[in-house]
Amino acid sequence: MLHYSLRSVEGEALIRLTDSDFNVDEEVSQMKKKSVGGIVTFIGTVRGESEEGQVNLMEIEVYPEMAEKQLHAINEEAIQRFNVDDIRIIHRHGELHVGDNIVLIAVSAGHRDEAFNACRYVIDELKKRVPIWKREQTPSGERWVEEGSPE
Amino acid sequence: MPEHPTGGSALRIKVRYFASIRERTGVNAEEFELQEGSTVETIIMEAKRLHPKLEAQDGAIFVSVNGDFVKPSRRLELGDDVALFPPVSGG
Repeated sequence: MLHYSLRSVEGEALIRLTDSDFNVDEEVSQMKKKSVGGIVTFIGTVRGESEEGQVNLMEIEVYPEMAEKQLHAINEEAIQRFNVDDIRIIHRHGELHVGDNIVLIAVSAGHRDEAFNACRYVIDELKKRVPIWKREQTPSGERWVEEGSPE
Repeated sequence: MPEHPTGGSALRIKVRYFASIRERTGVNAEEFELQEGSTVETIIMEAKRLHPKLEAQDGAIFVSVNGDFVKPSRRLELGDDVALFPPVSGG
């Protein structure tokens, strides 16, 4: 298994780039504690169609060292900016099928507004500046998806 | 790292390629020998010279040094970890 991770002081992986699936319930249950009043999750999944038509298969490539550095920075920014309790980011790489999980962003906070805002911030920033690329396999051939740019 | 035979004026930089840029160059990484004082722009020009297919790259080519996005004017230093890649599409 290819697995890169950044760990918190408590030893829980807060940021993971992995070629295996994640268990949302397991991740969320580890974030529950007395000060937490809400947990917001975003799960990105493989869509069966794109601008180019039907998608049969998706390959995800990652530049692990930089992706970890950028995700760690985004994590810190969101915690500072929205005063949330904890953020978990898991992104898969390798070969994925339609319906498969791609990414999990889970944010725990005292109140919902902070959690929703931070979750939105993390996924938006991830799409702009974390070096991960999708390659779609369609009936008419393969194509790299190239969309996001840092500001 | 071995001394440059002409007396230490060269900078040896390893460059990694990702996604469509990697496919266009046909290699995962390569080493460039550059003059001291060279910038990121030198790397882009040199990569395009070595790999003419990079000229056909429709979108932008981004460059990172040590895991951060940098401008083309960024001066390169010994030990810099450089990567070239297209716009990202994670998430």
